[in-house]
Amino acid sequence: MPKKTIPEEEYMNTGHVGCLGCGACHAMRYTLKALGPKTIVSIPACCWAVMPGPFPAKCLEVPLINTAFEVTGASISGIKAALDAKGITDVTVVGFAGDGGTADIGIQALSGMVERGTDVIYIMYDNEAYMNTGIQRSSSTPVGAWTTTTPVGTTKDWKKQPKKNMMDIMVAHKIPYAATCSIGFPEDLIKKLRKAKEIRGPKFIQIYAPCPTGWRMQPDKTIEVCRLAIATGAVPLYEVENGVYNISRKPAELKPVKDYLKIQGRFRHLPEEELESIQKNVTREWKILLKKEEFTKGLVDL
Amino acid sequence: MKMVMTGNYASAYGAKVCRAEVISAYPITPQTSVVEKIASLVSSGEMKAQFVNVESEHSAMAALISASMTGARTYTATSSHGLLLMHELLIWAAGARTPIVMSNICRANGPPWSVWADHHDAMAQRDTGWMQVFCEGNQEVLDSIIMSYKLAERPDIRLPSMINEDAFILSHTVEPVDVPDMELVDEFLPSYNPRFKLDVDEPYGFGSLVMPDMYMEFRYKINEAMEAARQGWRDVEKDFEKTFGRNHGGLVEFYNCEDADAVLLIMGSVASTAKDVVDKLCSEGKKVGMARLRVYRPFPVEEIRKLAGMTNIIGICDHSYTFGHWGPMAQEVRGALYGIADQPVMKNYIIGLGGKDMTPEILEKIFLKTLALKDGADQEIEWIGVKGLGGW
Ligand SMILES: Cc1ncc(C[n+]2csc(CCOP(=O)(O)OP(=O)(O)O)c2C)c(N)n1
Ligand code: SF4
Repeated sequence: MPKKTIPEEEYMNTGHVGCLGCGACHAMRYTLKALGPKTIVSIPACCWAVMPGPFPAKCLEVPLINTAFEVTGASISGIKAALDAKGITDVTVVGFAGDGGTADIGIQALSGMVERGTDVIYIMYDNEAYMNTGIQRSSSTPVGAWTTTTPVGTTKDWKKQPKKNMMDIMVAHKIPYAATCSIGFPEDLIKKLRKAKEIRGPKFIQIYAPCPTGWRMQPDKTIEVCRLAIATGAVPLYEVENGVYNISRKPAELKPVKDYLKIQGRFRHLPEEELESIQKNVTREWKILLKKEEFTKGLVDL
Repeated sequence: MKMVMTGNYASAYGAKVCRAEVISAYPITPQTSVVEKIASLVSSGEMKAQFVNVESEHSAMAALISASMTGARTYTATSSHGLLLMHELLIWAAGARTPIVMSNICRANGPPWSVWADHHDAMAQRDTGWMQVFCEGNQEVLDSIIMSYKLAERPDIRLPSMINEDAFILSHTVEPVDVPDMELVDEFLPSYNPRFKLDVDEPYGFGSLVMPDMYMEFRYKINEAMEAARQGWRDVEKDFEKTFGRNHGGLVEFYNCEDADAVLLIMGSVASTAKDVVDKLCSEGKKVGMARLRVYRPFPVEEIRKLAGMTNIIGICDHSYTFGHWGPMAQEVRGALYGIADQPVMKNYIIGLGGKDMTPEILEKIFLKTLALKDGADQEIEWIGVKGLGGW
């Protein structure tokens, strides 16, 4: 019998109402497998506000509170404070928000929560746009992407700005632990979440969660696109613990980023020179990350 | 214990004697000394509470909603722009049926900037599903917090409560205040133990999407609770009086209203001055009275109808306004009296916006104006004291 690398326990039942091939769906499932039943989850407006199913259905086996779009960081601060007031210490409090709810409208509440040193796990599942409202750009949408508010058209109006780097922003808060994960690498994801659970203070986890509907690709491409994201260096997996960088996966040689872009319809319109520019940036960012790892290694004992 | 304190300290002590477990607030003039006092009570160990130092009022309310859903008794204080920033979460708090208690230090909204009293901030939250009390003095500020928790936490009510006190006039003015013994408060107000909460041993979900076949049912329930809270306030105040030996006049406090020729209907601290003016005018043989609307939500329809039976003329003094249609209290009073027999003459006065002083002299003028309206109101609404208007 092959060795099982993912916990068998399920805390997410069948019956979610996400799309076929939804990456966010796996993100929740693995998160709960990693953290177990003594977890309280707060969810703002996002696809996951709908996905547990309409009242009275609920596909999650943990307590769940829905909260307003921009307040996840404050909501989990409140839950944690109440648990502290009651002397309950064995419950993990998790915020589970989309990239829009995190990098845009919710960044203030998140920043406050991290700055206060709140002992919670904040998860940003990153599908790189506002999907719940129909694929509008967020600040986490990568450069070059089509969305309904960067509609390309004859004016070539695709997203022109680079993706906001939430990890850098979190590191600037001196957060004890921040990590990127991908639903295509569940063992790594579970390992990082379990580590986060043991660390006291605020933890930030960014989970790469492809959205076939919004990325204009077939649902059976979800895992493939995750693999290509790593192989090309487009979405690197790494963690930052007390300022020390540690890259989780280092391909011997990065594949051309084109391989990653071309299986997604949202990049279909990009001309050759734009692809080259994206390639340049991906290579550059990868090199910066390698340097950060090298540079911060020596800080472990400082 | 009797102490001399400001309305803001009375608020802080209210939260303390009620053993609020989670407090989250953000500073704004003139509320700051509530937060500072609570922070110092917590840090001196006098008060056992989690104090969440958030980065905005919006987050304060969000944190409290989630804390309340986790089963904690919660408290915050704010004012004006802070309250306005909370608006979305105020509706959320009522929708989530969280019995949060909040002090709002009533202050005018900008622009132009003003830090002085009026009720526009609170009135703009009228439809959020919060109970709303307006206080005349600092003792009432403290006592209303105790009464609020008692009622808000009742399983058939479960609605948040906002206690409004006028900026500076109460918030920064000292008065003798009896801070009741915590043991006495414990007797009156048992600890908060909601049947449903965020609990890993009973993993419910809260606030999820409902389809159109069920949404209206949830809203109906909130309204049902608010309607029940009307009698609830009357009952709570009676219980309160039994334990603490004082009351604050019910939903509407009547001062010399029986058989008055004219009554001014007032909210908040101006009522104190108005009572003096009533005394003076009565001693001169004029039959005037003052009614103080203390609980604004739920709206005291019966008490207002009772008032209509006591007097022939009501001058409705709004410390606020709705641009384009009377003051909010005037709208509601006129609505409540619609269609009754022998409707009194009614006139709406807009008074004291942005802290414009309401002196005894000005109030006396309003009383005399109102007394003169025997044959009907000269106009539906009059803004009092606006330079260049109506001889002011
Ligand atoms: C204050 C507020 N503004 C706008 C919305 C509408 N809204 C709901 S979900 C959403 C987008 C969510 O995007 P994201 O956080 O990226 O999550 P996703 O839907 O992609 O999973 C928006 C704009 C809202 N609910 N509240
Ligand atoms: S739109 Fe995207 S993120 Fe939302 S449920 Fe569908 S696949 Fe998942």
